[in-house]
Amino acid sequence: MNAMTQEPASQTQDLRILSYAEAIREAMAIAMEADPTVILMGEDIGVYGGAFQVTLDLVDRFGTDRVMDTPISELGGAGVAVGAALTGLKPIFEFQFSDFAMLAMEQIVNQAAKLRYMLGGEASVPVVFRLPSGSGTGAAAQHSQSIEAWFGHVPGLKVLQPSTPEDAKGMLLAALADPDPVMIFEHKLLYKMKGHVPEGSYLTPIGKALVRRVGTDVTIVAGSIMLHRALEAAEKLSSEGINVEVIDLRSIRPIDHETILTSVRKTGRLMVVYEGVKAFGVGAEISAMVAESDAFDFLDAPILRLGAADAPVPYNPDLERASVPQVDTIEAAARRLTRREV
Amino acid sequence: MTQPDNRPFAIRTYAPDQLREALKRMYLIRRFEEGAEDCYTRGLIHGTMHLSIGQEASAMATCLELTDDDKITSTHRGHGHCIAKGADVGRMFAEFFGKETGYCHGRGGSMHIADVKTGNLGANGIVGGGLPIAVGSALSAKRLCKSDVTVCFFGDGANNEGAFHEALNMAAVWKLPVVFVCENNGYGMSTSTARSTAVKHISERAASYSMPGVTVDGNDFSAVAEAVHIAVARARAGDGPSLVENLTYRWRGHSKSDRNRYRTKEEIEEWMTRDPIARFRAELIAHGLLDDAGANAIEAAAIADMEAGIEFAKVSPSPKLSEVTRYVYAEN
Repeated sequence: MNAMTQEPASQTQDLRILSYAEAIREAMAIAMEADPTVILMGEDIGVYGGAFQVTLDLVDRFGTDRVMDTPISELGGAGVAVGAALTGLKPIFEFQFSDFAMLAMEQIVNQAAKLRYMLGGEASVPVVFRLPSGSGTGAAAQHSQSIEAWFGHVPGLKVLQPSTPEDAKGMLLAALADPDPVMIFEHKLLYKMKGHVPEGSYLTPIGKALVRRVGTDVTIVAGSIMLHRALEAAEKLSSEGINVEVIDLRSIRPIDHETILTSVRKTGRLMVVYEGVKAFGVGAEISAMVAESDAFDFLDAPILRLGAADAPVPYNPDLERASVPQVDTIEAAARRLTRREV
Repeated sequence: MTQPDNRPFAIRTYAPDQLREALKRMYLIRRFEEGAEDCYTRGLIHGTMHLSIGQEASAMATCLELTDDDKITSTHRGHGHCIAKGADVGRMFAEFFGKETGYCHGRGGSMHIADVKTGNLGANGIVGGGLPIAVGSALSAKRLCKSDVTVCFFGDGANNEGAFHEALNMAAVWKLPVVFVCENNGYGMSTSTARSTAVKHISERAASYSMPGVTVDGNDFSAVAEAVHIAVARARAGDGPSLVENLTYRWRGHSKSDRNRYRTKEEIEEWMTRDPIARFRAELIAHGLLDDAGANAIEAAAIADMEAGIEFAKVSPSPKLSEVTRYVYAEN
């Protein structure tokens, strides 16, 4: 008998393993069971199960009235979700690829994000947008982008980026409990990632970063798949005696200043790793936030940003890999930073 | 007695009190717009505004039989819709003055005025912005098994936006209780519908989405009321959306920057002879629902309401500067 089977039953359940996609699906099912106003909308989310099979069989459980295939009308579809949210429903709208949200910028940015403010607090738009995001699938420039920072610029939105199955579920449930519009960027390469997911309903707090690895020499802030690459790089660097602290950003808007500043005050070095284009991105915001704070006085080295190349996501697999931070580039950059070679 | 009733639709369908109230609200719309324009000219209101003088029948006859549970989405030229749906002109003026007592606590202004409690989901600064939102509102009614309908006001300019086509298609595919009301005033800012729109009548576009489409004289109160009545009944019965096109005209320019270089004085004057308020007033008098003195009293009451509204706005407090980020997110 191994240790696993000797665990009490309740603990075995606690160690339940699901994929990131399964965790999201479970969150949607829990919400739909509990609240008849929750509906799903999106392209091919019914019998097809969604382009990434996230909704899978939910249409069989909840019917086509609540799992609605929309026409290929991102602007209109997102707008219908906004209007429905304004009048009593809680729609979860899936963009097939986050890139397609650009067709719906009007409804997301001009309407959903601003309605509460424009109406002086007299209206609420509790809509959740799910956006499969990121590169690494060979889908090239229009199906691989990481545009979460764009929405970080918009007051009224909340922008999340879960990196684990547990957070993917908890963040979706938290987004549904939130009265404001929430955008959840799900990384396509994480959908099959497995991890521990608690049973039942729980809410992952919005706006809270998490120290995933404690360290003393350098702070790496990373979200989504970049968290995993940063953790892997940190593991490798530990054998060289470089002790990396890795923070899972989790939420781009609101951003958790305190967790980042506390870490920087301790380590004196900061690297921000993200998959969006480096310029004007999440790294710029976090760097500026540190530079404007008292944590600046604790810095022993310049702040370093690792982001995507200043180019559209390329098709060629080697180019594609080279265009965004990878474990080896993160590792090398952290090494340079701790040795003051930058 | 089987004599056919040849009176106009509105006269034979609605109670006299309701029709007199409608005339009062039409006067109120016009006096409100004139009052707003005057306040703007005198520097009491800043920004810009889009006046609906000349389009009062379209707003009022469309909203005539809607209840507070029925929803509307409105446009940048939305003051009239707001008043027709039952808003208080004092709180509207307060909004224009940027005051805390305004419908949007001074955060929205003319282009975002809304009154959710009377079913007005808001004006919109984006042409076509309200179309998908109206469809979403109708989806809510259907899913939540409510009998309310959503009326979506939009202008001729919006009919060339992608949002228009996507919204009408979805409303038809899902058979939703929504009525699309196009206020065709002939110009999207300066560009005429003839120069911008491939079809002669915007209502023809309804056929592409398998819904009824009708074009009516938008300055004829009764004609609008009848077309919308049929469309609302169809929506309430669960038979799906319709498109009603009200042909009308804005007497004023597009906004405060307009120098009227794209239309002639003669054209404007010709349309002013088709004044929707004068026509409705004459109709009520002709059918014995009102006499001239009664009509004058209604008009005077509208002026008094307008003046009281401006006074309320003037004496209302401004928002606190420390609350500039209030209402961005829900408060705990």
